[in-house]
Amino acid sequence: MMDALARFQDDLQAVGYVAERDLVSTLDLAVQMRKPLLLEGDAGVGKTEVAKALSRLFDCQLIRLQCYEGLDTNAAVYEWNYQHQLMAIKLQERDERSASDAEKHIFSRTYLLERPLLRAISQTESPVLLVDEIDRADEEFEAYLLEVLSDFQITIPELGTVKATTLPYVILTSNGTRELSDALRRRCLYHYVDFPSFDKELSIVLSRLPNIGQRLAGQIVGYVQGLRKLDLRKHPGIAETLDWAAALVNRKVAALGDDPETVIDSLACLLKTREDREALVPEVSERLVARAS
Amino acid sequence: MAPAEPTVLAQPASPWVTRLVDFVRQARHNGFRLGIQEEIEALSIAERVNISNQQRLRWGLRSLMCCDREDWQRFDELFDRYWLPSNRQSMTESPNRGRIDRGAGLARLASGDAERTADQAEDGNDPEAHDGGTREGASHRELNERSDFRQLQDEGQMQEMERLVERLARRIRRRLTRRQKVKRLGQRIHLRRTIRASLRYGGTPLDLVYRQRRRDRPRLLLLLDVSRSMSFYSYLFLRFARGILRSFKDADAFVYHTRLVHVSEALTGHNLDAMRTRLAVLSAGWSGGTRIGDSLRAFNRDYGRRTVNGRTIVVIVSDGYDTGEPETLSTEMASLKSRARAVVWLNPLLGREGYQPVAKGMQAALPFVDLFAPANNLQSLAALEPRLAAL
Repeated sequence: MMDALARFQDDLQAVGYVAERDLVSTLDLAVQMRKPLLLEGDAGVGKTEVAKALSRLFDCQLIRLQCYEGLDTNAAVYEWNYQHQLMAIKLQERDERSASDAEKHIFSRTYLLERPLLRAISQTESPVLLVDEIDRADEEFEAYLLEVLSDFQITIPELGTVKATTLPYVILTSNGTRELSDALRRRCLYHYVDFPSFDKELSIVLSRLPNIGQRLAGQIVGYVQGLRKLDLRKHPGIAETLDWAAALVNRKVAALGDDPETVIDSLACLLKTREDREALVPEVSERLVARAS
Repeated sequence: MAPAEPTVLAQPASPWVTRLVDFVRQARHNGFRLGIQEEIEALSIAERVNISNQQRLRWGLRSLMCCDREDWQRFDELFDRYWLPSNRQSMTESPNRGRIDRGAGLARLASGDAERTADQAEDGNDPEAHDGGTREGASHRELNERSDFRQLQDEGQMQEMERLVERLARRIRRRLTRRQKVKRLGQRIHLRRTIRASLRYGGTPLDLVYRQRRRDRPRLLLLLDVSRSMSFYSYLFLRFARGILRSFKDADAFVYHTRLVHVSEALTGHNLDAMRTRLAVLSAGWSGGTRIGDSLRAFNRDYGRRTVNGRTIVVIVSDGYDTGEPETLSTEMASLKSRARAVVWLNPLLGREGYQPVAKGMQAALPFVDLFAPANNLQSLAALEPRLAAL
């Protein structure tokens, strides 16, 4: 049993996702039980990456539904292709076709534009469905999503009910800007994704930037980890760490201690609000460098 | 790897099945949101991960049983208490002894309030208001809607009311949003542009163009008075603010007594106990009198430019007892009003019989207030919603 989990972890690493064992265990269960998985955590901890890694691992399609306020069924589920329908009507005017026949033709799947949710349940192979930032969508949409996730079927008034041909692996992410309903939470397995540990972040940096030195990578990660302990408005995520590391490699910095000025200058990669930039005075930065070395 | 449905379900006598189900129930007693479905799925997970593997069982059950970060942080402790051999005895013998008390923080902080409330409750004309036992049921809720916040007696009622207030705040948001949507649909058609747009479809007006006045959803900004004279109401309004903050992405909240503190982040955390502790720290100096005018000046100076614009409705919750200069208050109110879309003043005292807003502070502020409303029970808060939407 442990071996299977370790293998899953290695497989994920092979497709470029370094995951903690407990997350791997949760993913394994979600895949086995075919339950949606709700990932919560700060921005930049790699929630979206999970879905991408999973689709690479299973070598299947990744269907992404980016949520936003005002997201409606037209954008999320399906829409009729009005222009084509209209053209078809004009063309049919010459044919001797009965009205009901014509209607049937116009409201057939040829004229249906599939949006992510419908696409996710009508594939030949199970895709990964990523519902990104579900907390940004309205409550109404959340309720609708819940219905789709429990029945795996979608009703289109003109066409009838579309049943799922395959069940997608569903990953939902949330930043916690809005409280999600208990019903949705209970439908899903839950995992809280924290900022990565030192070792995990180090191995991420090393795997993404292979030609960075072990020493510099360690310092960078140590610095960022120290930064996350400060009382900042927005803590840097993994993507920020990678950006920063790439910037430093570009500038041919060999060690953080050598070049404090470049460190300060390149902090724009890590700190993205004015308050945070002002809070991180050079002395604090030097202390972080010293501790990271 | 494992079969789709665990076969153990057929043998309920198996001791670990009983223990597992018991664990789920214990968790439910501790405030986790779990039902029969979760009991079944817990068994299914245990089957899949091999029950002898403690670590994987822990992770598996955690992903199933937790619904949010708060659960997530409490889970390990609960798991250890129940499953680790040293604690086993105490847990099984007396389920209640091992409970993690969610309300402990409130009990500590609100006990002062509760005592005072008890003293004040002699004018409670509704005898049922003192029946603190029941937690649920429609009749109880109805009672709460009319009863003054001051008359809440015990901690149970207090928590119930806090929950109701938070839910109300979310409902306000739903209503405000819907109103805007309906309005948008109801706008008049812009005929010329519709016809122009129909040209590409051979004259069939397919895309309707609407004539509409842009009207943005209001942005709410709350300024809460947490001074001693408001202490009966402080926690309730903080919960109200929490509800507002969680449902309006761009809302902001501040508390003040002698100085002003930005509390949006403290309020939106998932852990209620941590929130209370942080707020208690923020509000140190609780009893030093209220300086509304000075607090407003601090607000206008430090935050006003960034947070107040033509879309902002500023909601001030205070009884208007100001120990500072009334002139300062009226100057600052004038400057606030000049920038905001509207200024609302909620006064918990206004709902009491025979109250007149004669306090000097109140008098100084009133000319700049667009909506002056009571806020002493749920009903008055609910009545606020249509009036907010109209501003």
